[in-house]
Amino acid sequence: MENFQYILPEIFISISIMLFLLVGVFKKNSASLIYNLSNISLLILLALIINLSSLDTIYLFNDSYLIDNLSNYMKIILVGSGIFVMLTGSKYIQVINLNKIEYPILILSSILGMMIMISSNDLIVFYMGLELQSLALYVLASFNRDNLLSTESGLKYFVLSALSSGLLLYGCSLTYGFSESTNFDQILINSTEFNYGTTFGIVFILVGLAFKISAVPFHMWAPDVYQGSPTSVTLFFAILPKIAALSVFIKFLYTPFANMNDQWQTIIVFISIASMIFGAVAAIGQKNLKRLIAYSSISHMGYALAGLATVSNQGIQSSITYISIYLVMNLAFFSCLFMLKRDDKYYENIEDLSGLSKKHPILSFSLLIVLFSLAGIPPLAGFFAKFYVFLAVIEQSMYFLAIVGLLATVVAAFYYLRIIKIIYFDPEKEEYETSHNLGLKITLAISTIFILAYFLYPSGITEIVSKITMI
Amino acid sequence: MNFPILSSLILLPTIGALFILFTKSSSGKYQSSKYVALFISLANFLLSLYLWHVFDKNSVDFQFVENREWLSGFINYKVGIDGISILFIILTTFITPICIISVNATITNRLKDFLIAILIMETFMIGVFCSLDLVVFYLFFEAGLIPMFLIIGIWGGERRVYSAFKFFLYTLLGSVLMLVAIISIYWITGTTDVEKLYELGINAEYQNLLWLAFFSSFAVKTPMWPVHTWLPDAHVEAPTVGSVLLAAILLKMAGYGFIRFSLGLFPIASENFTMLVYILSLIAIIYTSLVALMQEDMKKLIAYSSVAHMGFVTLGIFTMTQQGIEGSIFQMISHGLVSAALFLSVGVVYERHHTRLINKYGGLVSIMPRYAIVFMVFTLGALGLPGTTGFIGEFLILMGAFEKNILVAMIASLGVILGAAYMLWLFKRVVFGEMNNQELKSMKDLKTFEIITLSALVIPILFFGFYPEPLMNSIEASVENTLNMYNFDLINNLASKD
Repeated sequence: MENFQYILPEIFISISIMLFLLVGVFKKNSASLIYNLSNISLLILLALIINLSSLDTIYLFNDSYLIDNLSNYMKIILVGSGIFVMLTGSKYIQVINLNKIEYPILILSSILGMMIMISSNDLIVFYMGLELQSLALYVLASFNRDNLLSTESGLKYFVLSALSSGLLLYGCSLTYGFSESTNFDQILINSTEFNYGTTFGIVFILVGLAFKISAVPFHMWAPDVYQGSPTSVTLFFAILPKIAALSVFIKFLYTPFANMNDQWQTIIVFISIASMIFGAVAAIGQKNLKRLIAYSSISHMGYALAGLATVSNQGIQSSITYISIYLVMNLAFFSCLFMLKRDDKYYENIEDLSGLSKKHPILSFSLLIVLFSLAGIPPLAGFFAKFYVFLAVIEQSMYFLAIVGLLATVVAAFYYLRIIKIIYFDPEKEEYETSHNLGLKITLAISTIFILAYFLYPSGITEIVSKITMI
Repeated sequence: MNFPILSSLILLPTIGALFILFTKSSSGKYQSSKYVALFISLANFLLSLYLWHVFDKNSVDFQFVENREWLSGFINYKVGIDGISILFIILTTFITPICIISVNATITNRLKDFLIAILIMETFMIGVFCSLDLVVFYLFFEAGLIPMFLIIGIWGGERRVYSAFKFFLYTLLGSVLMLVAIISIYWITGTTDVEKLYELGINAEYQNLLWLAFFSSFAVKTPMWPVHTWLPDAHVEAPTVGSVLLAAILLKMAGYGFIRFSLGLFPIASENFTMLVYILSLIAIIYTSLVALMQEDMKKLIAYSSVAHMGFVTLGIFTMTQQGIEGSIFQMISHGLVSAALFLSVGVVYERHHTRLINKYGGLVSIMPRYAIVFMVFTLGALGLPGTTGFIGEFLILMGAFEKNILVAMIASLGVILGAAYMLWLFKRVVFGEMNNQELKSMKDLKTFEIITLSALVIPILFFGFYPEPLMNSIEASVENTLNMYNFDLINNLASKD
């Protein structure tokens, strides 16, 4: 029983979910109440995880569950960004009439699933967490059920995701078949010799994971789902599943398959290069901001994976730093999107930003900072994210990856510049509403200042991340 | 010296920009913010003059060095100056107040934002010239793109969007390769500290590729033929003040980079690629001079002349002689003053007549005599007449070139003649000749603030043209040191081959 203190966060969040569900069923019109309660419970959850983070590595339940520095850090940024996602979206879901009790509960269950994924040390536990988060996400994607696009995106995500889960499961069973265990550490021990079974297992598992992280060539769901889902859900999609999937990527590549790196390194390099280039090129023609950010996130995932492809500690750390900075940039970007509101209607096309800078100088300045940061221009935070990744990549003398990646940033810079051009150079349109809820303003302010002032103390995140050692 | 004077120089404009950001603009004319900007930039100028005063000109070491831990122990924020960088810093702090004074002539909308952009730009430019760490250098070098992109894009002419994009993407494309090189240097030598790298040296086998990566960035920024095409576009579309900043200071970053990094860090590769630089420089000098001859747009003509002048600069640097390099630095300073002045002069007539086409003008001498005089000084400065700064730079560069390669020097000398041709022809068509255009008659002569800015530029052009000693004095020891290190590395390399 003494083990239970270590999974207190997971237990707490499960109980909260069930409790909120009961409250929602028996109390009429309790949507806002539950929304706020969920926020509070996420805060408590964050406190519980931080409380655990001083501990060493702990194996639970017959070594199938692992709590270490990496999982704690990932959970902290996961839950932390979850709180901000809830804060920024609160007004949005009221305006578009989605304020139902299921919404926060689905978000909480998805976060629970991701926490299980992050901490899993066993194929079965991992799959359980993955499915829990995916099921919640299917519903969230189609949450705006009266909207054709939203329904379509939910269905699309469900079909493709189920396919990828199938592949993943097949990969898991192959791996189990050839290494005689479902436990990650055991797989590592048993898979010292090369055999085709495990290689196929790796490929199938990587395909499944690449799908979750929306890396090319398994990205095709992302643009439609990003565009179709309600914006608050898109924000959720853009950040949280990526954190979980990246963390699982790290776990798979460096625990069970650590000995097989000559098998998977090429795959990751390919996925990474393909994502960087495709994300950069495909975003150029987009008209919808959410769709554009989908392609942008595809290419960002390419950079995060480039760090993993290096098979070095430096690389893993750079990927984790990358995702941490990436989530802040996305929070800032979506906060700006939530502010494009006029007469209870949200605007999400690039043209709607035309001449924004004349009437809304502060909002446009934040967007300017965020976009230049996404493009990776110094001295903003996005530059440092890329800098760490390329530092790791070049350390391993992977010059091709580095040069392709950096050239892709130039292509990507074009479409970010195009948005800036529309904001700053084009003639102005109608004004947007200027009154926003506090949570949104705070999120935008914090994230913009983070991006802008990151260069003053760039070693902050790196120092924390450097404590997470894998190899 | 405990007071962080260089960091103050870097930060002061940014503080000014923040101050302007938070001050209420009075009555829509935004005058208060302009005075704040002017005050800050003048204070910065005085600070840099003080720096020059206390600077020890005989020492070859970097002075006023500040070294702070910055990027978790492996990359430090390190700034410091030697005799070369201090001149560029003074040039920057000198040009910025002139830009701010001339602002109200050309900028009508969003003046406050413009001032902020200029001040932020100043921060980055000073940062470039005093950073002693490659990563810090890259940071400042690239960061300058953001304000310049906005200056061209928001306040530019008709094709501003195209020009701004071209400027941004060209420069970024060149620079990313430099980033790869910088990171590679870190992994090869374990440091990006320039001073340490000078001591350690970089293994000869890596130098060629690294040199090329740095070259790709500097060549775009210089700009050298054939990647110069962004410059005419950017110059033509940018507002007058933007052109001034671009021509006077931004282009000098690359020349400075060549001396500080290409020569200093990769001497063997520099020696290998000398011929490449010679050829590109000669093409730049001859070809762009010819192109400049045929221009109908005044700003475009001056932009092409900038390319030609920068061709002299790169030529001079890669002669690897004391005269050549000193001449290049002098030429950069001179070009900074002269091209800034020329762009301001074009701005003067553009503001009155709203066209930059040369054939719309003529006979200005009879209605704008003062303007004709200052414009003449600048024209003569640009073509390198003895007695102006332009002469000393070109003369020293050609001296250096004759020492190394007579053929190159002879071709380059042709550029001087061509330069005289296009500048004098421009002057003749604009200032002399008959006044065919009756609308010109209503044009007024220089206003007070124009007299201030233009004469502020006339004075140093003539003063240092007759008496270059203060500038030469400042760079002499540092150039000698750079060359000594350079030759030392070369000899060592030859010895190790034997």
